[in-house]
Amino acid sequence: MQKHILIAKDIVKKYGNHTALNHVNIEIIEGSIFGLLGPNGAGKTTLMRIINQIIAPDSGRLIFDGNPLKREDIAKIGYLPEERGLYKKMKVGEQALYLAKLKGMPHHEAIEKLKYWFSRLDILDWWHKKVEELSKGMAQKVQFVVTVIHNPKLLIFDEPFSGFDPINAAIIRNEILELSKNGTTIIFSTHRMESVEEICNHIALINNAETVLQGPIEKIKNDFRNNTFSVKLKADNLILSNNFKILDQQGNHYQIQLKENTTANDLLNELIKNEEIISFEEKIPSMEDIFIKAVKDE
Amino acid sequence: MNKIWLIIKREYLIRVRKKSFIIMTILGPILMAAIIILPTYLAMQGHDERSIALYEENTAFFSSLKDSDDLNFVKIPFEEVSFLKKDIGNSPYYALLDIKDDENFTLYSNQQVSLSIKEEIQDKIANILQHQKLKEAGIDLQILQKSNTPVEVETIIIGEEGETTGNAEVSFGIAFMCGILIYMFIFMYGTMVMRGVIEEKTSRIVEVIISSVKPFQLMMGKIMGVALVGLTQFLLWILLTLIISSFAEILFFDASTLATEAGEMSKEQSVIFSEMLKAVAGINIPQLLVAFLFYFLGGYLLYSALFAAVGAAVDAEADTQQFILPVTIPLILSFILMQPIMDNPDGVLAYWTSLIPFTSPIIMMVRLPFGVSNTELIMSISLLVLGFLATTTLAAKIYRTGILMYGKKASYKELWKWLTFKG
Repeated sequence: MQKHILIAKDIVKKYGNHTALNHVNIEIIEGSIFGLLGPNGAGKTTLMRIINQIIAPDSGRLIFDGNPLKREDIAKIGYLPEERGLYKKMKVGEQALYLAKLKGMPHHEAIEKLKYWFSRLDILDWWHKKVEELSKGMAQKVQFVVTVIHNPKLLIFDEPFSGFDPINAAIIRNEILELSKNGTTIIFSTHRMESVEEICNHIALINNAETVLQGPIEKIKNDFRNNTFSVKLKADNLILSNNFKILDQQGNHYQIQLKENTTANDLLNELIKNEEIISFEEKIPSMEDIFIKAVKDE
Repeated sequence: MNKIWLIIKREYLIRVRKKSFIIMTILGPILMAAIIILPTYLAMQGHDERSIALYEENTAFFSSLKDSDDLNFVKIPFEEVSFLKKDIGNSPYYALLDIKDDENFTLYSNQQVSLSIKEEIQDKIANILQHQKLKEAGIDLQILQKSNTPVEVETIIIGEEGETTGNAEVSFGIAFMCGILIYMFIFMYGTMVMRGVIEEKTSRIVEVIISSVKPFQLMMGKIMGVALVGLTQFLLWILLTLIISSFAEILFFDASTLATEAGEMSKEQSVIFSEMLKAVAGINIPQLLVAFLFYFLGGYLLYSALFAAVGAAVDAEADTQQFILPVTIPLILSFILMQPIMDNPDGVLAYWTSLIPFTSPIIMMVRLPFGVSNTELIMSISLLVLGFLATTTLAAKIYRTGILMYGKKASYKELWKWLTFKG
């Protein structure tokens, strides 16, 4: 059986009349990259704040690494909130050191680790600069470093790539993958579905304060397949029998859905008789399609 | 505990290293010293001697008008009067005093005659007229002067430790100083806390920090850090003021002028001076100091928690107005009440306002130099401790919700809801 780093059971959080989380259950397998998805206001941030013990749930339990989540566990969790920033008037190095020590790191270890990460991300020159002299992207790099500095078991990133140019976003993405390879579990919250597909292996979709989907990304994608094939032909005048339905045509590029009791082979057989096929593949729904469908069906 | 210490350290260092702190710390005492020294220095400078042309037809004031340090009178003939009235600016005279009879006096000048000169001339003339009338009534002026006896009533306070010499003026001065200082301290450093909270909120660092420490730790760390900044500045001010004023005394007033100054001190003044020294000795200085430090910190803690809550409830400093007002009203009220309380330091108003924690830091310090019973003092202190525990608890609840609310303008209704949220 896979070990869970974090289990959230039946979490409820209300703000007055507004319910932010309504009996939410989440299980995160150790070492996974877990995508926490959902539209704005679904309750993702509230859930992440509860995991970080910034706020307390009204009811429900949190199990971290096999035991109930306790105050000391914050030293084992790293959190990069969506609303993040730094003290503008403070120097970069001094500030990073302060934040690392607040996480409970001893002075010398903190300095050593900061030097390592700063040179790794090529920002060692900024140590004595004030934060207000940095660009937004540069400040984001510093924030990334102070999130991972204490080598946490669980890392929580809320929209980690916002504010980065493509080059730096790629650098940060590679660092996240590297951390994952070394055994760190990562919770990753974003609206950018293409990065979810690239990085995550598990997801949970939260909508209207409830979990609507959860599981390994491959399984979810499988569940959302709808027997549609993407076919490219030489000609653009395809006529098919009633067993199949053409959903969309762009020139010689067709989206064809199978009806009941037909298989991909049936479609191929029919096509081969009359047409010259250039390409033929099953259309797997993208995370974006799944996201939109799941949210709309709610 | 270790973490709150880290926060206190940062909040303290970041502020005392600021240029504005250093400038304020240096400028403050210079200004204070200037306020103390300048009037004395100016008073010692020679005055411009001004000539007043005097024309009188039917009276004989000139013979009795004595010249003083800054005024000398020159009698002029009738021919010059019309000439002077036309062009007094080019004459050696500052003004022309035209006396028609015992009731009509006119001062001509090409500029507004200064109030002090006008008053000096008025006094002189009034004096002459008074003497004349007394003489006419057959009263011997010498007897009159001898009968003028200075009286100074010594006040003794019968306290628990025996009799002490009291002095209303000294108590008044000390009370005023203490009240003003506490008022200033609470206002300056309370808003400093508020600005710090707003800065953390607008720079969006607050959520990063409270994923490491509890919101309460962050709030208290900031409040304590700023309190230390305030104490540092206050101590440096006292120290620098003492140093600067003693240096300035050496620079500006050499020993001989000081000696003549002291010599010129009239007998009456020196009596008052020694009275004051006695009165200062009569005031319980250690009690006053300890109480000052306590009310200084107690008042600050009570209010700064509220200021922190205000900072957490808004997004920008411009939005603080609606919440700041109710917080500052009791402060401003105690400031206004200082005068009436000093006039009647044992009245009902003084009694209650020195018990209520929102007004007691200022009012009790104003009352203390006049003497307050120990029971009252202990009651006031306990209430203040309860008071700041209450405001801190309340503020912490608003704070922990407010710092995570971005882009929302909170209303009082909203704040009330925040108080009910579970941490």
